Amino acid sequence: MGDAPVDEDEPDAETDGGLRAYTVRLELVDEPGELLRALAPIADNGGNLLSIHHERGNITPRGHIPVEVDLECPPDRFDDVVGGLRDAGVNIIQAGAEHYGEEVNVVLVGHLVETDLSDTLSRIEDEADAAVLDLSLAAPDGTDGVASARARLAIDSGRSEEALTAIRSIGTDKELTVVEPLLGGDA
Amino acid sequence: MKLAILGAGDVGRSVADLADEYGHEVVALADSTSATVDPGGIAVDDVLERKVGGEPLGAGDPEDVFDTTYDVLVEATPTTLGDAEPGFTHVKRALEADRHVVLANKGPVAERYEDLRALEAESAGSIRFEATVGGAIPVLSTVEDCTPQAVTAVRGVLNGTANFILTRMAAEGLDYEHVLAEAQDLGVAEADPTFDVDGTDAALKFVILANVLADGGFALEDATVKGIQDIPGSALDLAAEDGRTIRLIGEATRDGVRVGPRLVPENGALAVTGTRNIVQIETRNAGSLHSSGRGAGGPETATAVLSDVGRLPPL
Repeated sequence: MGDAPVDEDEPDAETDGGLRAYTVRLELVDEPGELLRALAPIADNGGNLLSIHHERGNITPRGHIPVEVDLECPPDRFDDVVGGLRDAGVNIIQAGAEHYGEEVNVVLVGHLVETDLSDTLSRIEDEADAAVLDLSLAAPDGTDGVASARARLAIDSGRSEEALTAIRSIGTDKELTVVEPLLGGDA
Repeated sequence: MKLAILGAGDVGRSVADLADEYGHEVVALADSTSATVDPGGIAVDDVLERKVGGEPLGAGDPEDVFDTTYDVLVEATPTTLGDAEPGFTHVKRALEADRHVVLANKGPVAERYEDLRALEAESAGSIRFEATVGGAIPVLSTVEDCTPQAVTAVRGVLNGTANFILTRMAAEGLDYEHVLAEAQDLGVAEADPTFDVDGTDAALKFVILANVLADGGFALEDATVKGIQDIPGSALDLAAEDGRTIRLIGEATRDGVRVGPRLVPENGALAVTGTRNIVQIETRNAGSLHSSGRGAGGPETATAVLSDVGRLPPL
């Protein structure tokens, strides 16, 4: 056996196939089909939609509807995604400036289902200012037993420590064990 | 050097057994009830044979140890918390008599660091305690070589029992209780494994490290500690989906001590397997250093004690 590849331990190395999370803010005309038309260029250019926050009832000064889209794609494809949106005539309020720059995994353990997993996740999104990119749940003892969940989170660059502190306190509140990633060093 | 050894458990006995190989002489060996003392050097083999056979170590009283002529007191009695007695008093008596002390007992160094340093300052003797952190792994001497001021953090796995349990749970997909029972059968875990699995043992070692980094200020109550008892097999499975595993990781900095189950890369340096220990010493100017090895065991820990003896200045 030779030495382990060195780049595996690099904190900046992209270990998940090189995907990054981005947030794009759009404003759409309030017409049927407009949202679908705006999302097509993202998928067409290799972006993967993570969440769509469609703020109906909240009108921009120009009388349009603001929409916030979280997506992930390889960094070199992001310009194509933005270009595709512009080509489709979608008005982009904010893009390029990465909202979420870091991804971390946390594993939650406890009575996840009984303590309302979706509430736990919304609290993580709100209080830790993180986007839940994906979630795996294992409940071998049924929904009223102890379960584990792994959540992959997107967090603003440099804010992981704060986000994890917030998640830790949500865990304490809901009597869940939070297994955090080890940040720092080249763990 | 002439060694007086207090404590005749695995570590104390191994120190007595190996002292000659390292060029030292044992003049006293005591457990809590009896002692054998001989200023010309005790017959180590005979004494150890008596101990193993369940007989008293010798005709002497443990008190006699302090009346003999020795250079270094080796404090290898069991670790106690709170006031860390009787270990602390043993150290105090030796320092007040201007003798050196080498500790394998974590209690005084974790719980009463400032008191120890104050006694040392008044004494011609010095204290060393490499054996209290990571057994055979030279952790404290590495920190000392880097100078504590240039070390920003020490992280790692410093409890073999907890690490063994997590490794087996991940490898075999078994649950905590099952693996704990197996570990007890193998002698890896004690009949009462509480200190190992609830994180206390690891926390004491990281408290000692924080004390060295910050020159005191920490005791067990200052550490944030979580154990591994609540980690189900399913949590390890989920971690593995993403190329990670769970280890009981401790962290010591000048700001605090934290021990708990953490996600680490499955093939990363800190994911040691079985009872192996590892420390990562993060330095300001030289990146991270890693040392891995056997963190417990009689002969392993005794080598750390004897290395310390070798580093002591002549009295």
